[in-house]
Amino acid sequence: MNASAEADIKSRSYEYKPCPEQGGAQADHPVIVIGAGPVGLATSIDLAQSGVKVVVLDDDNTLSNGSRAICFSKRTLEIFDRLGCGQPMVDKGVIWKTGKVFFQDNPVYEFDLLPDTAYRRPAFVNLQQYYCEVYLLDRAKDLPNLEIRWKNRLVGLEEVKDSVVLTVETPDGEYKTRAKWIVACDGGRSTTRQLMGLESKGNIFKDRFLIADIKMPAEFPPERWFWFDPPFHPGQSVLLHKQPDDVWRIDFQLGWDADPVAEREPEKVIPRVKALLGQDAEFTLEWVSVYTFVCMRMDKFRHGRVIFAGDAAHGVSPFGARGANSGVQDAENIAWKLRYVLDGKAPDSLLDTYDDERVYAADENILNSTRSTDFITPKNQASMDFRNATLELARDFPFAQRHVNSGRLSVPAVLATSALNTADIDAFGGILAPGAVAADAPVEEGGRDGWLLDMLGDSFSLVIFADEKSDVRVPKSEELAEFAQTVGPLSVLVVAPKGGLKQDVPKGYRVVTDIDGHAAKRYDGKAGTTYLMRPDQHVCARFRKFDAKAVRAALLRATCNA
Amino acid sequence: MSATALKTQPNIDRPDDFYQMLVDAHRDLSPEQSRLVNSKLILLLANHVGDISVLSEALEAARKGVAPNAATTAH
Repeated sequence: MNASAEADIKSRSYEYKPCPEQGGAQADHPVIVIGAGPVGLATSIDLAQSGVKVVVLDDDNTLSNGSRAICFSKRTLEIFDRLGCGQPMVDKGVIWKTGKVFFQDNPVYEFDLLPDTAYRRPAFVNLQQYYCEVYLLDRAKDLPNLEIRWKNRLVGLEEVKDSVVLTVETPDGEYKTRAKWIVACDGGRSTTRQLMGLESKGNIFKDRFLIADIKMPAEFPPERWFWFDPPFHPGQSVLLHKQPDDVWRIDFQLGWDADPVAEREPEKVIPRVKALLGQDAEFTLEWVSVYTFVCMRMDKFRHGRVIFAGDAAHGVSPFGARGANSGVQDAENIAWKLRYVLDGKAPDSLLDTYDDERVYAADENILNSTRSTDFITPKNQASMDFRNATLELARDFPFAQRHVNSGRLSVPAVLATSALNTADIDAFGGILAPGAVAADAPVEEGGRDGWLLDMLGDSFSLVIFADEKSDVRVPKSEELAEFAQTVGPLSVLVVAPKGGLKQDVPKGYRVVTDIDGHAAKRYDGKAGTTYLMRPDQHVCARFRKFDAKAVRAALLRATCNA
Repeated sequence: MSATALKTQPNIDRPDDFYQMLVDAHRDLSPEQSRLVNSKLILLLANHVGDISVLSEALEAARKGVAPNAATTAH
């Protein structure tokens, strides 16, 4: 991309337009989302593309200022694929999966986050947050039932009977509107949270970090490099990441005593960067920020008709890429549940399972993030000693490499304790226990290459493994119709072994071929193996053979209708 | 009876030899270098033991009777 196209994207602004309520129209929206960042946009697109009308309020009309979130994980990209905007993110992003850790002068070890390459999406792409937002906004434009109201600031909120009345401030003054459900995705300093007098609580870490995003042509590989106590920044840690457009993220640990204002000044930043890159390195500063962080969360993410997602609900340190990625996973968790409740297919207690599942995931993220922080910023002499001992041992001994913690990079939580899961009654191997995110796999459909996750419907799906010799039981059309009456449509995907499907299946069932056996391996799929997937592509039940009664019970359970 | 996994009866053949080896390992080291050696030793032995319940018992036994100083914990 040339420089002017880049500048054009970064400076994009979106037009404020008066809405019908400002002319006195009465409104009762199904869902209002607060905040048009990655989490708010993902929630809105998910709802709108599955038929729910959404209004998004954003107090600003520009994109994210600075790069901010940059590492988008495989699961987040798979979610963006389902939302119809994964490809531009991957096309623009810097693909990476390997990293190196250094201690003082020496490389300590290298890691590979996704050695198995038979996946559609890589372990990570690095992409400036503003690009992520642009691609989500481009996708949002295609959806006529998604309305974004820029320069609409939430200033009041009150639950009245069966809806929430919002007071919104605009350049033309205030107006009132109403919605059945509010999803608050308005970030770490959430206005919604403050208006409701709620808190997000946790541990403050007494350390400061400098982010310097610099622009320079350089030949470093697209890897995550992390230094502990390097000669060019003694006693502290440094992280280097590649971003698109020749931009490099450098994260310098500064210590608690650093002056957050002075450290932002170019005369302080430039020498730090030159210490890393060499005195004659040529670069320009793109974005500079000094930050501290808190690992925290709200006690509950659902408060009546208001549901919190992303940084508004929970915060972590940036080491591990668990902020934006967990927020997008919140989005896909809440979107289908709101849709089922609004459509009358589930009671509103389904929304409490958002709280259970995402609090569980947030705790997992906070735990990982806290442990990384304790390794990067040891709190006392003993933990500093163990940290340095670990790094020294890691050069020679594989066991110690597993203790090195420069950030445990985001993988989706396995919602193993969710009330929506049906416990296994049959024996299974592999990692796809109920609560896990479905694994992708390369498949072929009608002679064309594709990916398994793309073949799942936007409602519940059955994935059934066929056999090369005998017929396996698949649901009859009338059984499917009966399910549909209970909890909405259910799609069926039949996975045939190499050589194709040998049995007849009802019309409308998708049939794919497991070209290299990856699906069978990842799902421990044998003849007849049946997985029930939620709309957010999580496994909620699995059986060694299809049984209508068992599947019906699992569906009722997964929608709080049991 | 609660199964205790940590061996607390004598288990080293030549205890005096071992004790001397332990002390010798720190000969001529500064206190800072000694701390590093001790930390590495703990990590090496912990990995050799492997069993997290044994490690947990050992940690508990090591900390027994060592009371935190109120002044250093209140922050």
